[in-house]
Amino acid sequence: MSDRSQTLAKVLDLIAPLNKKGVAVTEATRFAQDLEWDSLTVLDFVATIEDEFDVIITMNMQAEIETVGQLVDALGKLQA
Amino acid sequence: MSDLFAKFDPIIELRETLLASGQTDPFNLVMERVESPTVAICNGKRTILLGTYNYMGMTFDPDVVAAGKQALDDYGSGTTGSRVLNGTYAGHKACEEALKDFYGMDHAMVFSTGYQANLGIISTIAGKEDYIILDIDSHASIYDGCALGNAQIVPFRHNDIEALDKRLKRLPPEAGKLVVLEGVYSMLGDIAPLKEMVAVSKDAGAMVLVDEAHSMGFIGEHGRGVAEAQGVIDDVDFIIGTFSKSVGTVGGFCVSNHPKFEILRLVCRPYVFTASLPPSVVATAATSIRKLMDSADKRAHLWENSKRLHAGLRQFGFTLGTDEPQSAIIAVIMPDLEKGAAMWEALLNEGLYVNLARPPATPAGMTLLRCSLCALHTEDQVGEILGMFAAAGRATGCIS
Repeated sequence: MSDRSQTLAKVLDLIAPLNKKGVAVTEATRFAQDLEWDSLTVLDFVATIEDEFDVIITMNMQAEIETVGQLVDALGKLQA
Repeated sequence: MSDLFAKFDPIIELRETLLASGQTDPFNLVMERVESPTVAICNGKRTILLGTYNYMGMTFDPDVVAAGKQALDDYGSGTTGSRVLNGTYAGHKACEEALKDFYGMDHAMVFSTGYQANLGIISTIAGKEDYIILDIDSHASIYDGCALGNAQIVPFRHNDIEALDKRLKRLPPEAGKLVVLEGVYSMLGDIAPLKEMVAVSKDAGAMVLVDEAHSMGFIGEHGRGVAEAQGVIDDVDFIIGTFSKSVGTVGGFCVSNHPKFEILRLVCRPYVFTASLPPSVVATAATSIRKLMDSADKRAHLWENSKRLHAGLRQFGFTLGTDEPQSAIIAVIMPDLEKGAAMWEALLNEGLYVNLARPPATPAGMTLLRCSLCALHTEDQVGEILGMFAAAGRATGCIS
């Protein structure tokens, strides 16, 4: 698996327990609109992602990330 | 033409639904007369005030009121100017001297409100390449300070020392870092583990700002706040505070020992581009601050009030924001907004005013009845308050 697909797989794993609506998640899935996460769920998820990948996702960056694919891209850049 | 107000429709609807049930509007109360720091007349009825942040009851202190009247006579009703132009009077300097003496610090800067103090200091000292690391439950004025500036914002889970430490360690070692904490978090009335948090921040080379709005005058041996109580005030770079709580008027400030602190008077926009406080306000503030230095007995009585209310409400079966009383704020957690509003109204009918707090001000979507005690609440009043809570709680079905 490429680095990117590994990152995507890991992100999907971490989304699963928070996917209460049972939405079929793809790279195009949007966190707020499709997964319907509230701000607390987002906070939990961001903290989990940060710990898993040992990165910081600032609120400035979070504002630019709407979809799963965008998160995977951002993680790729942060780890480069 | 699209109506720019369409975005407010959800909140308009929420409000209309609530009021359609016959509920009194909890955000539109008028105090017709105010008799003392603890009693006002609302809807023609004598009402005990338990939601004013008037922790030390200084609003009717005779020395404080006399100082304000004298300043009105001597200096007029307002300054009509910025602190850096024609808006600095002797009273503003005297007020800053009082703050320096109160905190034992080298510098003090007075802003027109506490909100503006956070807005000004945070937005000015953290630049584009710098990081602000803040507790997720921070006050709106802290978030707005972040939004006004252009630093990188890193939130961490409320009061979680390890989460703060981890994030600090992941940031570039050479980057500028400002850790923003509060002594008392005003929604639940819980305090921060400042001893540990200041230590991990200093280890990471960060500067630390602590907002002590809800602890000044009350917590710590000299009333300097939670940082004093936990023995780390010397390691805190900036303390932000307000005159609109224990001090009993309006205004905000920052105190610091930073050698270059005074330059902020020229570069901090929320300080420069607004009118300074009226002379009567700084006169009342300075007088009140000096009296607060020597108020150990009042502090002790306020702790007694807080402990008694906390224990009493708990005994009735209410769910509270903290297991132990940690400050002068006792938050009663309500199951939802409807129940919270009904309980709020039942208390008002009993003759008790508390704050109804709801999202987005509250954490975790909670509805709270927030009680803030005053050092001038008498033992009898605290007894009355408990009786009103019992009656209102049973009438609304909040307790059995």
